[in-house]
Amino acid sequence: MDVTAQPPLGMLAELTHRCPLHCPYCSNPIELVTRDNEMSTDEWLSVIEQARELGVLQVHMSGGEPLARNDLPVLVGRAADLGCYVNLVTSGLGLTEQRLADLVDRGLAHVQLSVQGADAEMANRIAGVKAHNHKLTAARAVKKLDMPLTVNVVLHRANHHQVADLIALAEDMGADRLELANTQYYGWGLRNRSALMPTARQLAEAEPIVRAATERLRDTMQIVYVVADYYEPYPKPCMYGWGSRQLTVTPNGDVLPCPAASSITTLKLDNVRSRTLADIWYHSEAFNSYRGEDWMPDPCRGCARKGIDFGGCRCQAFLLTGDAGATDPVCSKSPDRGLIDTILAGTPSEPPELVMRKNTIKVV
Amino acid sequence: MATIELDSTPRLRRGVRLTYDKTRETHVLLFPEGVLVPNDTAAAVLQLCDGAATVAEITAELGHKYEGVRVADVQAVLTRLAERRVVQWT
Ligand SMILES: C[S@@+](CC[C@H](N)C(=O)[O-])C[C@H]1O[C@@H](n2cnc3c(N)ncnc32)[C@H](O)[C@@H]1O
Ligand code: SF4
Ligand code: SF4
Repeated sequence: MDVTAQPPLGMLAELTHRCPLHCPYCSNPIELVTRDNEMSTDEWLSVIEQARELGVLQVHMSGGEPLARNDLPVLVGRAADLGCYVNLVTSGLGLTEQRLADLVDRGLAHVQLSVQGADAEMANRIAGVKAHNHKLTAARAVKKLDMPLTVNVVLHRANHHQVADLIALAEDMGADRLELANTQYYGWGLRNRSALMPTARQLAEAEPIVRAATERLRDTMQIVYVVADYYEPYPKPCMYGWGSRQLTVTPNGDVLPCPAASSITTLKLDNVRSRTLADIWYHSEAFNSYRGEDWMPDPCRGCARKGIDFGGCRCQAFLLTGDAGATDPVCSKSPDRGLIDTILAGTPSEPPELVMRKNTIKVV
Repeated sequence: MATIELDSTPRLRRGVRLTYDKTRETHVLLFPEGVLVPNDTAAAVLQLCDGAATVAEITAELGHKYEGVRVADVQAVLTRLAERRVVQWT
C-alpha cells in the first residue's frame, strides 16, 4: 500500500497543549502533554523543514494555545520562508496587535479564531474564563492588519439556539469565513457527550437560518456548516482518507494520521524524535493501517460511497465499537448503527452539567 | 457574484495565495481550507489577476504568449475559479 501514498498537503502542528481556556467540548486528549515533554524550538524547526521537504504546503499552528509558545514567531517565519501557507489557530487570548503584526511580518497568511458563544455571558461560561472580550479585541487587531479571518464556533446543546446571533457576531468581526461546527466527540468532549449533544429540534431550527445566511452572505462571508454526524445516515469523509492529505504532530512529537488518533490505543504511534517524518508518512504501521481501501470491512468494501466517505472515522469506530477497522457506526449500513441510535434516544430532556476541561498546566 | 465583463478587474480572494511548488513542480493555490492545483491555462490567467488589469487586458497579455486566446475562454476560466472561491472581481 505504501507505494500509492501521495505526499501530504497539510500539517497540523500542535505546538503545545497548554491553554488558558476550559472548553468542555475540547477534542484534545484527556491526558495532555506537559510542558517539559514539549519539543524544543530546534525540534519543531526540523519538523517544519522535514514537512516542507515531504510536500506539505499548509501549516496550521495550533494547540492548545499556540501563542503560549514564545518561539511561535520563529516557527511561523520558518514555515512561511519555506513557502508554506501558515494558519494560526487560536483562542485569541494573548493575540495583541503587536504580536500579530510581528507574525504577519514573518509571513503569517491567515488567522482562525474560536468563539464560544454569541455574547459574553454564554461565551465565558463555555470557555470557563472571561475570554470573550479578548476575542473581540483580537478580531479587531486581525482586521486592522487586514488579515484574512476565519471565525470558528463549536456548536452544542448549550449554544445551538444562538446560531443567528453567532452569524451576526462573525459579520461584525469582519470574518471572511465562518465555521459553524457541531461538536465532534473526541478527547475531553466525548466525556461531555450527553450534555453537548444537540436535540433534533435544535438542529431543525438552525438549518433554515444557516441556509438563508449562507445565501445572503455568499459574496462576503463563506459559511461552512459541519453537521452533527450522529444524526446523519452517512459518516463524515474523515481526513479525506487516512494518511492521504494531512498529518498531525503533537506537542511531544507523536505523528498522527488524524488529530484524534491518539484515542486509538491499539495504534502503534511513531515519534519524530526517533524516526523521520517521511519514513513515518510512507512506511509506518499507523499511516498504512487504514490507507486506501484494502483494510475495509464488509459493508464498505462493496459500497458505492467508499470513495466519498472512506468508511468514515477510524477514531469514532474505535471509540464506539472497540475496533478501529470497523465501519463508522454512524453509517446506516453499519451493523453497529444501533449504538448511535441508543445514544440519541438517551439524550436527556434536561442536559447534565458540563464538566469543564481541566488544565493542570499553567500558561505564561 | 456578478457575471464577468470585459472591463471587470479580477483578483485573488482575500486569503488566497498563488505560488510555485518545487516539490510537485506545479503552481498551487493555497487558502485556509485546502490546496488547489490549477491547470496551466488557469495558472497563466491567475498570474495576471492583480486587481488592476481588466479581462480585456489579461486576454491581450496572454495573446502575446499563446496563440488563439479568446476572451470567452478567459471568462470561462475565471467563472470556474470564482465558483471555487478563488477569485473575485469588481
Ligand atoms: C483544539 S483547538 C486548538 C486551538 C485553540 N485552542 C482554539 O480552541 O481555537 C482547534 C480547533 O478545534 C476546534 N474544536 C475543539 N474541540 C472541538 C470539537 N469537539 N469538535 C469540533 N471542533 C472542535 C476549536 O474550536 C478550534 O477551532
Ligand atoms: S480548551 Fe478550548 S481553547 Fe483550549 S485547546 Fe481546547 S478547544 Fe482550544
Ligand atoms: S458502508 Fe462504508 S463506505 Fe458505504 S456509506 Fe457506510 S461507511 Fe461509507
